[in-house]
Amino acid sequence: MIMIVDYGMSNLRSVAKAVEAAGGRSVKVSNKLLDLQAATHIILPGQGAFPDGMANLKKGKLIEGIRHQINTLKKPFLGICLGMQLLATSGHESGVNNGLNIISGKTIHLTVKEKKYKLPHIGWNDIAYNIKCPLFKGLSKSPDFYFDHSYYLEPLDSSITVATCTYGQTFPVTFWRQNLFATLFHPEKSQTNGIKLLKNFIQTQFQYHA
Amino acid sequence: MLKTRLIPTVLFKDHSLVKSVQFANLRMLGNPIQTVKVYNARNVDELVFLDIGAPIDNHEPQYEVVSEISEDCFMPLTVGGGIKTVGQIRRLLKIGADKIALNTYAFKSPSLIRDAANKFGSQAIVVSIDVKRVNANRYEIFITGGKQATGIEVTKWAKEVARRGAGEILLTSIDHDGQMLGYDLQLIKAIAKAINIPIIASGGAGKPEHFVSAIKNGADAVAAASIFHYTQYTPQSIKNYMRRKGIPVRL
Repeated sequence: MIMIVDYGMSNLRSVAKAVEAAGGRSVKVSNKLLDLQAATHIILPGQGAFPDGMANLKKGKLIEGIRHQINTLKKPFLGICLGMQLLATSGHESGVNNGLNIISGKTIHLTVKEKKYKLPHIGWNDIAYNIKCPLFKGLSKSPDFYFDHSYYLEPLDSSITVATCTYGQTFPVTFWRQNLFATLFHPEKSQTNGIKLLKNFIQTQFQYHA
Repeated sequence: MLKTRLIPTVLFKDHSLVKSVQFANLRMLGNPIQTVKVYNARNVDELVFLDIGAPIDNHEPQYEVVSEISEDCFMPLTVGGGIKTVGQIRRLLKIGADKIALNTYAFKSPSLIRDAANKFGSQAIVVSIDVKRVNANRYEIFITGGKQATGIEVTKWAKEVARRGAGEILLTSIDHDGQMLGYDLQLIKAIAKAINIPIIASGGAGKPEHFVSAIKNGADAVAAASIFHYTQYTPQSIKNYMRRKGIPVRL
């Protein structure tokens, strides 16, 4: 079962529909710890602000469960947009807040110096990716994905960055560390490129120790 | 590089896809759900879906319709029309909308913009502004489907919605709507100068050149409806043209 974590912060149905279109046979939108345990894959989607996101995960008593599934059980996990940003040690949006601390680093505001780069960063932007990351299997060179954000996660260990995007500055847009994947863009809204990426994620189950 | 978005606008009223001219003379054009499916199959960049009856009849957002169109909509979907509460926004985002367009009720109660942006992030909140030229140099905003004058000058309101946390502005010229003679470039230029959040230009596109002019005058994205209903141009053919004119697009 592929679990889409419901913490009240997301376009849950869009994500569920896209995962189904990618071939996910059993997709469940849930906020239950039992489902986290039963899931073969976990997706933490997300839209919205960092403090609210953490508050909702806390309220849903999901924080320890998610950390356990990723860090100890090494279950395939995909964080999307805010679901990526929340993996940080801390978030610097409307004050400083603790994050899930699964990836050491900070979620910070994009810095764009020239006026032509407006924020939020909204729309289709191409990414440069590392072909070793299984998420990008079968994608063309410099594929376009849909972005809709003002913040990004700056990791302490840059070796987990497997894709970057340039908009005013170059920033990491995909992380990969063993079973852990995260994208700053929205695969569920990135048409065929996004569906391909989700399909690749669903197929990562036997690559825990990659 | 960030691509310039070309966004079909789907207007509906009482379950029918409609198209207006200067916000009046509605023509029924069929089934909105079917139309969204076609746009999805055509791999468009994004879609704006507006219930133009809602602010006039004061009815709730049509959740069933939104839910149905999001069944196979693997592109960003902005939903608008008569939205007035954070609760309605939450429900629409939950059933498949990615962004929400606020208009009449954001004007009547501007704190809605900040409340919504704080809850769902600025990136999910679009403020839709309908504008009429009242004399050579003055544009004012109109609400309730263009029926109600406010007397407020457009750049003043655009600055205020940006300050209150809107992520984008959908800027529609009522005068140019449905005319297919081009966007109101003077209007786009004025707003692009006034604010620093993305502007989606809307109202007037009838030829591929019109999209290029809108971008050159400061629009970040271009929306259109009539051109897709009444001409042989497709989003793809227009983007091919835009690319030839040096505008980055996603093909």
